[in-house]
Amino acid sequence: MTRVSLLLSALFEPGWNSSEPVLTAVVIGGGAAVVSGVVGVLTVMRGQSFAGHALADVSSAGGAAAFLLGLNPLLGFLLMGVIAAAGMESFAAHRIRERDLATGVVLGAGLGLSALLLYLDVTSKSTTGAAITVMFGSMFAMPPSVVPLALAVGGSALLAIALLYRPLLLSSLDPALARVRGVPVRLIGLCHLLVVAFAVALSAVTVGAILSTALLIGPAAAALRIAGRPGGAMLLAAVIGVAATWGGILIAYDSYDWTGGHGWPVSFCIVTIIFLAYLAAGCPARGKVRAAARPGKAGVQAAGRG
Amino acid sequence: MRGESEVLAVQRLSVSLSGRRILDEVDFALHGGEFCGLIGANGSGKTTLLRTILGFVTPTSGRVVIDGGHRLAQIGYVPQKIVLDPAIPMRTRDLVGLGLDGHRLGLPLARRARRRLVDAMLEAVGATSFAEQRVGELSGGEQQRALIAHALIRRPRLLLLDEPLANLDIKSIATTVSLLRRLALEYRMTVLLSTHDMNPLLPAMDRIVYLANGRAATGRTEDVVRGEVLSRLFGEHVDVIRVHGRILVIAAGAGNGASADLERHPDHVVQVP
Ligand SMILES: Nc1ncnc2c1ncn2[C@@H]1O[C@H](COP(=O)(O)OP(=O)(O)O)[C@@H](O)[C@H]1O
Ligand SMILES: [Mg+2]
Repeated sequence: MTRVSLLLSALFEPGWNSSEPVLTAVVIGGGAAVVSGVVGVLTVMRGQSFAGHALADVSSAGGAAAFLLGLNPLLGFLLMGVIAAAGMESFAAHRIRERDLATGVVLGAGLGLSALLLYLDVTSKSTTGAAITVMFGSMFAMPPSVVPLALAVGGSALLAIALLYRPLLLSSLDPALARVRGVPVRLIGLCHLLVVAFAVALSAVTVGAILSTALLIGPAAAALRIAGRPGGAMLLAAVIGVAATWGGILIAYDSYDWTGGHGWPVSFCIVTIIFLAYLAAGCPARGKVRAAARPGKAGVQAAGRG
Repeated sequence: MRGESEVLAVQRLSVSLSGRRILDEVDFALHGGEFCGLIGANGSGKTTLLRTILGFVTPTSGRVVIDGGHRLAQIGYVPQKIVLDPAIPMRTRDLVGLGLDGHRLGLPLARRARRRLVDAMLEAVGATSFAEQRVGELSGGEQQRALIAHALIRRPRLLLLDEPLANLDIKSIATTVSLLRRLALEYRMTVLLSTHDMNPLLPAMDRIVYLANGRAATGRTEDVVRGEVLSRLFGEHVDVIRVHGRILVIAAGAGNGASADLERHPDHVVQVP
């Protein structure tokens, strides 16, 4: 009963939907979750979670630079992510085995740069907020001026996925098969990394650079445990991501009341919901594997079809 | 079959990888509808030859001519090893569909014509019963049939298969070979199939490319699998014996380094000390 009344009071919290920062958070957070969910499914299917995580971390250097120069933070995250993606792809050369190595090298260099820029942020602007904002986000402090660029970035990422859908799927299944079908496998790999950079830049302005991995991988991993098709998994990951983001915003906004004014960080609330969704998704998947392993399943299907 | 046009011509092809010569002046041609076995021990260069035919490896000299010129449009390929993750939500049907239009841009439309094509292909390789199953959950033989359907759905003139019989049980080996023989006839398609044991192919194979020491003995099966031809290829005396419809190649080892010899011989070669 208390939980229901908590939710209702949260929903009808005076001002929750008329406050501009909250509205900005709802729009950009929701958009970032959709893009991260869709892109994340491909990232997990391609086994590139580490690359996704590295891009997110490295983009923090761009966020720190934007802070220093007073630029749009999304632009900073985006540019740094794109540079890192191009760097990883060119270092990875031709061998799959070298991919993690290239990723690790770029990650190390990027985080070093990030350390320098954050240090400069903190010393020159004499605020300690920069590091927290860049790394862990500040959902309710986003300037509304971010919205147009965010929509453009999110829209182009989704468009790219729709356009490259089949070559991406085929090359994630097996690069040789894709090559024989005439798919330029390396170019497709680069496009995927760029789209990941777009997705993590979007979530970096909301939940922060470090936690954007959670938004990229968590909903996708949960959705892949449940969905039967790649398209279905993308849709489900987007739904889980949006639900977690909006739920997290709601709880965080509400927590100002029960914590006596300082409240819980939105990022914490969102990531916790994603983690719980992943745990919850584990149960039906285990049931499905058992069902698939049962002998005679194929026979039943064949009979049903014939 | 000799009357049919040339589908694949490999002309004095030499390939070096990291400075080591893997293929040395390999030369053969395949015509429409021919079923050719590419035989050789592990490391003899079978995969390298197939990848060169596909254009993935650049030869040091010689060339590959595909009838019609457009290489990839005419070739279906079943790679040697493919690890399909059971966690990937893709069904056999999706894999076969991607063989049709996996290179196309844009979202796939659920057209009825596409579905009919995929259904027919699944039926042709006997994959209908596991069409809705995830590809990562298939058995070795089922996965092989799914990959063959993926490779064939565009009706290529030439089908390359890299060790499709490895890791299959004896019964699946026989069904796969007869399936491929039937499809080759039905689609008037040329098949080049690599294996390290030629015996399962004997009922189907009308031509052979036998690789050893970087060189190839090529021709009709009965012309190549002969003592003097293989002796010249191996660079040591061997006898070819036919027993119970199988072929055994007996290498009367020179006594020096017999175990090393075993390493470089295919499965049907028996070493006699
Ligand atoms: N990229 C490469 N660089 C150097 N040597 C290679 C490379 N790929 C294969 N080889 C060598 O070429 C030889 C032939 O390999 P491969 O064509 O895979 O043989 P097979 O398929 O008959 O087992 C092997 O000795 C292998 O070690
Ligand atoms: Mg091989």
